[in-house]
Amino acid sequence: MPEGSSAPRRTSAEVTGPRRVTGRQAVLSVVESATDPLQHGKLPDPSYNHLLRPKVLTAVSRAAKTGDRSHGWRWTVVAAIGLLFWSFVLFVLTRVLTVFRNTPEIGSLLAGKVLGLVFISFFMILLLSNIITALSTFFLAKDLELLVSAPVNWLTLYAAKLTESMLHSSWMIGLMAVPIFAAYGWVYQGGLIFPFIAIATFIPFLIIPAVVGAAIVIVLVNAFPARRTKDILSIVAVLTGAGVVLLFRLLRPEKFARPEGLQSLVDFITLLRAPTAPYLPSEWVQRTIMSSLEGKTDWLALYLLWTTAGAALVMGARLHQSLYTAGYTKAQESTQRWVRGRIVRRAGHFVLQPFGILRRELVMKELRVFFRDTTQWSQLILLAVLVIVYVFNVKFLPLSGAGITTFLVNTIPFLNLGLAGFVLASVAARFIFPAVSVEGRTLWLLKSSPLPMRALLWSKFWIGTLPLLALAVGIIGVTDAMLQVTQFIFAVSIFTIVFLTFAIAGLALGLGAVFPQYDTENAAQIPTSFGGLVFMMLSAGLVGGVVLLEARPVYGYLTAEAFGGVPDPMDMYVGFGLAGLLCLLCTFVPITVALRRLERLEL
Amino acid sequence: MIQLKGLTKRYGTFTAVDAINLHVPRGQLFGFLGPNGAGKTTTLRMIAGILRPTAGTVHIDGIDVVDDPIAAKAVLGYIPDRPFIYEKLTGAEFLRFVAGLYGQDGPVIERRMTELLTLFDLIEWRDELVESYSHGMRQKLIISSAFLHKPKVIVVDEPMVGLDPKAARILKDLFREYTKRGHTILMSTHTLEVAESVCDRVAIIQGGRIRAAGTMDELYQNVGAGAKGLEELFLRLTGENAARELVEVLDA
Repeated sequence: MPEGSSAPRRTSAEVTGPRRVTGRQAVLSVVESATDPLQHGKLPDPSYNHLLRPKVLTAVSRAAKTGDRSHGWRWTVVAAIGLLFWSFVLFVLTRVLTVFRNTPEIGSLLAGKVLGLVFISFFMILLLSNIITALSTFFLAKDLELLVSAPVNWLTLYAAKLTESMLHSSWMIGLMAVPIFAAYGWVYQGGLIFPFIAIATFIPFLIIPAVVGAAIVIVLVNAFPARRTKDILSIVAVLTGAGVVLLFRLLRPEKFARPEGLQSLVDFITLLRAPTAPYLPSEWVQRTIMSSLEGKTDWLALYLLWTTAGAALVMGARLHQSLYTAGYTKAQESTQRWVRGRIVRRAGHFVLQPFGILRRELVMKELRVFFRDTTQWSQLILLAVLVIVYVFNVKFLPLSGAGITTFLVNTIPFLNLGLAGFVLASVAARFIFPAVSVEGRTLWLLKSSPLPMRALLWSKFWIGTLPLLALAVGIIGVTDAMLQVTQFIFAVSIFTIVFLTFAIAGLALGLGAVFPQYDTENAAQIPTSFGGLVFMMLSAGLVGGVVLLEARPVYGYLTAEAFGGVPDPMDMYVGFGLAGLLCLLCTFVPITVALRRLERLEL
Repeated sequence: MIQLKGLTKRYGTFTAVDAINLHVPRGQLFGFLGPNGAGKTTTLRMIAGILRPTAGTVHIDGIDVVDDPIAAKAVLGYIPDRPFIYEKLTGAEFLRFVAGLYGQDGPVIERRMTELLTLFDLIEWRDELVESYSHGMRQKLIISSAFLHKPKVIVVDEPMVGLDPKAARILKDLFREYTKRGHTILMSTHTLEVAESVCDRVAIIQGGRIRAAGTMDELYQNVGAGAKGLEELFLRLTGENAARELVEVLDA
């Protein structure tokens, strides 16, 4: 078999040997060579391992590059942050679980419920992530043309692509699960057998959403007469939105946050005992893990996980066999062939008239490229989910009842600014950070034209910032209204979020140009680069800094409101002034640095 | 060896390939000519089994590509116009991978790789990552991969793009010698000089339909009386207004 090839690698000198063949001789030796495509009279059947081999070699090659000194320090930083994150989760969860363990009656029920909630969220994330990844792995990947035109068995192709899709979608959840399992195993003294139980539980848990995600994509690609990827992604977005709302209804997080609303402890225990989602694999994971930790492993739950994964694989493969070829053809036809953009063009010309031809065309180009790029569209789905989750979280905050004061009601929206800042940073990482990198293949055109780089950067800044601003003001306005804050807090949060938006956008655009990824073909991968990580860290610092600087004047105001008195005006000037200054610096400095980089860039 | 019957491809209401009938016998080098957007690449992709025809059939060596794709693809080598190569593989690793797709490995393939890489002056680069290859080198590597398993039929889309004169010459020789030994090549090209010098027969396609097909002599006889070469013949069939439009554009 191909992967068994054990021919030793030889250097070019050994291969060519001392004899140099002439062109004519070389042609003849090629055409008269004794290779036969139907070796031994049977059809070729490349194996699963063989199809995955280029991916493995690519990973090895990347890892070798990572070992270089120039890349090594970057990965050291990433590894350090990862370890920090793991330690943090392990620490917090161990503390919480220790408290649960020492609570009689309901302690282990609560621990099980938390595990169930975590895994139901994991399941939804995995499903969404698998849908988006499967669309690209099964239908849009560039190696498909090579694989589909080769004599590759449908089942082998399915297995290889499913594995690829599953690994791409699940690695992050896999990393997050490690400290969670570790904390449960540690606190409940799972013993040496526990890691094996955890792995045996987790593998089918990853397989099921991968198969379901791939199956959904295959059906969608086949079902759409319009055959446009954008339509498929819109449907996925709607389904996801519905899924998230359903998830929240299943979880009913507000009930757990306000146990005093229940009649008695018995009611609370009944609520805890009730399965969150009995037919979802997350419930089976919870049952297996908790029962194993309590010393009476629920083998039925583990059996359910594996049999469901097995059955899903068989059904997914059958679906692939009957629908994939037709779907692959349709996916290739799905490119939008004609664009009727006359109305948009006229509207764009009208609105952007005052900015001149150059800026108008730059802006129009940015908008067109963005909305026609399916990789960008798929990220909009993630954004929609993020916003829905965010607003729902605020809606269900337990902000009434005993012990809830006006002070607290107004403090939470202020802290909410920090959370909104992180949401904005992750959105900016997706949409603004890659803005310069995606010009990689067209930089020759931009650099050889009389276009000032300043115009390019500022066009990109405004195109990225305005939608971000609408989102920021929207979520802060809506959540403030939900929380019924005072006018002062409303004004502070709106002004702060506007300044923060400009600063985050400036950081994203500037750092995107300082750490460009000109060679990438998929804009979705740019935010996960080293530069993306630096941006996220600096954004977190910025958001934290602004919240800290404003904390003192806001605290002063709220204390004065609650207990009477006048807030110190100096606190106000210094706090808000420094926060504003920090935001302005983060807006202009990165763009100035980026401008210098772009002007000096040699292609 | 290649038999197309009523081959049709529609995208919504647009017909890219319109009921093409074509027979390329064994041992022939067949040129597929046509202006941009005529339907050449779509036809070749249907032959390679990448696109499913809306109607009609494709047979390679008597095997229906839709009914028995594995057997049909086993005897086919396909060179696309915009080929994909794994950037992080070396040239040799890529070739071994492609050979494996056709069920081949071992010393025979290693020797054949050496022959092909030597032929295209890539032997010194065999252990370099593809990401460091120039456009022409990538083209030569992808051509090598199609010849690696010595298929009965090679379908090639615009093979000369990006090749230096020496490589172009070698490729023409290779095509000629390959077909002399009973293999079949279907090649789409814009380079009329290439088609004229190496192809046994050509077909001119426009608007998804074959406008003319045959040997050069047959074409001159049937549709190109008085034409001073394939270029004039091609323009007569596909773009007789081109010269007038050119003058209009220049005068505008």
